[in-house]
Amino acid sequence: MNIKVPLHAVAHGRAGDKGNHSNISVIPYLPITYKYLLSQLTEEYLLDLFRYKGATRVKRYELPNFPALNFVLENVLGGGVNGSLNVDTHGKTLSFFLLGKVVLMVPKQCIPEGSPYLKSIGAFD
Amino acid sequence: MKKVFIGCGAGFAGDRFDAAFPVVETLKNCDGPRYLIYEVLAERTLAISQMVRRNNPAFGYSPYLDQYLEPIIDKVKANKIKIVTNMGAANTLEAARRVHAIAIEKGVFDLKVAIVDGDDLLSKYSLNFFHKQPIIEGLGIQGEEIVAANVYLGALPIVKALDLGVDIVLVGRTTDVALTLGPLMYEFQWAWDDWNKIAQGTLAGHLLECGGQVTGAYFSDPGFKDVPNLAKLGFPIAEICETGEVVITKPKNTGGLVNKATIIEQALYEIHNPKKYLTADVTLDITEVNIEEVGKNRMKISGAKGLPPPPTLKATISLNGGWLGEAEITYAGPNALARAEQAASIVSLRCKILGIKERVRVDIHGMNGVYDDDFGSQRQKVLWPKDGEYRVRAAVRSEFRYVAQSVSDEILSLYCSGPAAGGGVRQLITEQIRTASILIDRKRAMSNVQVLNI
Repeated sequence: MNIKVPLHAVAHGRAGDKGNHSNISVIPYLPITYKYLLSQLTEEYLLDLFRYKGATRVKRYELPNFPALNFVLENVLGGGVNGSLNVDTHGKTLSFFLLGKVVLMVPKQCIPEGSPYLKSIGAFD
Repeated sequence: MKKVFIGCGAGFAGDRFDAAFPVVETLKNCDGPRYLIYEVLAERTLAISQMVRRNNPAFGYSPYLDQYLEPIIDKVKANKIKIVTNMGAANTLEAARRVHAIAIEKGVFDLKVAIVDGDDLLSKYSLNFFHKQPIIEGLGIQGEEIVAANVYLGALPIVKALDLGVDIVLVGRTTDVALTLGPLMYEFQWAWDDWNKIAQGTLAGHLLECGGQVTGAYFSDPGFKDVPNLAKLGFPIAEICETGEVVITKPKNTGGLVNKATIIEQALYEIHNPKKYLTADVTLDITEVNIEEVGKNRMKISGAKGLPPPPTLKATISLNGGWLGEAEITYAGPNALARAEQAASIVSLRCKILGIKERVRVDIHGMNGVYDDDFGSQRQKVLWPKDGEYRVRAAVRSEFRYVAQSVSDEILSLYCSGPAAGGGVRQLITEQIRTASILIDRKRAMSNVQVLNI
């Protein structure tokens, strides 16, 4: 049976900037989670999440060997270091925006041992 | 089998000045050629250095050169650790002179320093030339004054410098990975079309170039990804075999950690297409990379694939970017949110009354401060605590300094014209540099290398 959890419960990531574009990696804590990321973390889903910040296109790259996904969010940085009025001109905080906003349906086994989320399963249903 | 050891002393200009000490202590006991790299040159850092040099021809190298090199220069020389760094910035010659002066102060009288130049395109080409090149990143540059133009050189000039038997190589703009790849090409004499080995060397450089970002820094998420002792973070050391196999580790008795997760986060940092990471020396494919634990805080990395690099090199064009004006004020305690929201709307209205045409962003930190857009569209979407601490911030960019100042001053004036008990105003007006990236034919980028003996 699958449960509803924030992405933060099952994956981690890092954001990097290039001009007005951001790349955010999404790395599952456990390899079994990768297939759920593949099916649920779609380009459309991320574009919808980031459209309010100006994102015009999202490209997803797959790295099954790591495993990990790498998302490139175009024009999401409000001008980036060149032009952004945001205090975080690089968009370095966006990785945790993604980890907090995305909700996934995954089996409980996707949550790593010792995770604080194991104590609050059900709270997100 | 021959092994080369490359440690990182700094991954950006603000890195800890003492981070290299344990790296040097480890390198000196390594059995093989050892190197220490410092990567301290962001796009804007170099443009600022160019402007500094124009005002004073004795400067324009990294302002942190003394702080990084003075404490270690005698130790690295005594232990045959070579340094490769972009602290030369916009003035490699003066950087070399300064390095010599520091060495003499520390009793080192036989230091050989090489400098690599040729990345500065502004001194070689006309404005017209830059305007004709395709822009791959950033806004147009037509008709604007260019303050700096630097091409990303590859590893070859660093190899040429090492061929001259120097202790230190000072470069300006090269690819960050070239600081690592250069020593590897020199030590192993890999062919320049041995793409998979160059790919492995490039990946090693990519993992090293941000310093502690591969050894647990910028990674810690307490309770989820715990990292020990970041106050004593150990910076990375790469051990590279002639076959191209890389082990990433860190000095003993330091904080931080090296595991598969820290490697993957840094491997993908600032990468777009992981099959086609373009550098000056190779097109890197990391999709088939294997990461294997071979000891505590020791990760073996293999399987990077390489293809020839593009026929063009990337260059950064820096232009005048006007002014950024910012200011902040805090509201705390009972009903703080309402007072912060009132302050924010006062500032927005005041900017309208003053006739400011530029976009003014007013955000409330503690409430979507970084996640909101410029228009505050997300402000009401979450139920925020009414009491607490909120910091109201205004920001504007303008070609005019007075506009930046005026918006910033509207936060200051909240002290006596805003809601109750605002405190802790900070104002910041900063001159900005705007950058654009262009591609140039690699034949246009001629590097030159020279040695300076004391």
